[in-house]
Amino acid sequence: MYSTRHFLLTLAGFIALAPLSLSSAPALAQDKSIVVASTTSTQDSGLFGHILPLFKQKTGIDVKVVAQGTGQALDTARRGDADVVFVHAKSAEQKFLNEGFGVKRYPVMYNDFVLIGPKSDPAGIKGGKDIVKALTTIKEKAAPFISRGDRSGTHVAELNLWKVAGIDIAKEKESKQLGPWYRDIGQGMGAALNTASASNAYVLSDRGTWLSFKNRGDLGIVVEGDKRLFNQYGVMLVNPAKHATVKKDLGQQFIDWLISPEGQKAIADYKINGEQLFYPNAGDPNA
Amino acid sequence: METPLSALDLVLTGDPALFAIVRLSLLVSLSAVAIAALIGIPLGALIALTRFHGREAVIVLLNALMGLPPVVAGLVIFLLLSRSGPLGALGWLFTPQAMIIAQVLLVTPIIAALTRQTIEDLWIEYRDELTAMNIGPLGRVLTLIRDARFSLVTILLAGFGRAAAEVGAIIIVGGNIDGFTRTMTTAIALETSKGDLPLAIGLGGILIAIVVIVNALAWAVRRTGEAIAG
Repeated sequence: MYSTRHFLLTLAGFIALAPLSLSSAPALAQDKSIVVASTTSTQDSGLFGHILPLFKQKTGIDVKVVAQGTGQALDTARRGDADVVFVHAKSAEQKFLNEGFGVKRYPVMYNDFVLIGPKSDPAGIKGGKDIVKALTTIKEKAAPFISRGDRSGTHVAELNLWKVAGIDIAKEKESKQLGPWYRDIGQGMGAALNTASASNAYVLSDRGTWLSFKNRGDLGIVVEGDKRLFNQYGVMLVNPAKHATVKKDLGQQFIDWLISPEGQKAIADYKINGEQLFYPNAGDPNA
Repeated sequence: METPLSALDLVLTGDPALFAIVRLSLLVSLSAVAIAALIGIPLGALIALTRFHGREAVIVLLNALMGLPPVVAGLVIFLLLSRSGPLGALGWLFTPQAMIIAQVLLVTPIIAALTRQTIEDLWIEYRDELTAMNIGPLGRVLTLIRDARFSLVTILLAGFGRAAAEVGAIIIVGGNIDGFTRTMTTAIALETSKGDLPLAIGLGGILIAIVVIVNALAWAVRRTGEAIAG
């Protein structure tokens, strides 16, 4: 009855399943790879799914994308956990460079932000071209507004737009003057759109994520086309002088490809239902 | 618009990306359970059969750690494995290895705590017999583990359930990298955030089916074992 063998068999049956494929796991097979810290917008919009296979085909390099908000992506790079950062908040990128964590910033592409809102349009701002006026109206009417609240590029852009409208969100929050209409969820773009869809709220989104978003419900674009809604993406190699583990040659190869005519064309070619999501502009020195 | 059936379609058409995700989920969670068993079962048995100062505090702590939040486990492993952390030189952050370690941290307390309880109950039952037979400490441990073997399968399944279900730890230390560290649960989180709720719920159905299959296999192993052992 006390059979060690049978007990061990029972246990072994369970355990044997586990390491079965460890040797063939992708983890051990890949050495020609880089880690890119990027934003939820580039991943959720499907852009990486389109361009990375083309890059891999050409160079054999695997690009592992960790999709986070811009602020978190830059922090990941600061700790040395990524080789390249590909984000969209120029002021935060400049700070990253000034601290010595980045080698050089290259502009890659742009799209624009759009203000999304419910069909019922409780603030009555649909069809406007003036984002600042629209935000002011939302606050006046205390219409529900979803904020990313996660230091992402979109969150930074949103806070800047509120500032242009003369509203300092951070300050109002501190002094508890901000009403419950402003809901700060601390999550990614997709989650923010889901929340807006569920609660008939307004939300600022990048156009790429919006176009690929599938759970729209009653949501639609209410304000677009304002120059201040411009959304620029930049790419930087993490400074090998700060973190010796950075794969500088492979990382630079990826950057060079992104800004090459071939990479720029791959970005321009990415479309959803015939609509282009990102516009390459690596040649623009002011971008 | 995708439908929940489109997830089923991925199964029926043998979508390689889906199979890679399923394989990685099983690889990570089963490896974590195996390692946690190698640590947790001896540890639980040891605590059950020895008396030392502060033993009750250890038991309370172990029981409490069964409720360790996955995000906290993920964060701890993240800080350890980050390039700027003490184990950064390994370069394991954002790899399947990191995900296994994080799940070992979650599963070991469950296995150790439940093993401790099971062995201790058995010990009360067998104490006189084993003492009379003059069996040494190591012999006692082996005898009791052997006798508890079928309960231990259930304990391992509890650990596997915890590992297979969690997303908080592996999404932090794995980074949810497409084709590399994306598992069933992180894929479900991603599809939810992309608003593809039908695909997300379809993937959820597949995950539940896999967990049922693993449990059925374990049940069969247990039944066979019982039949052989009489």
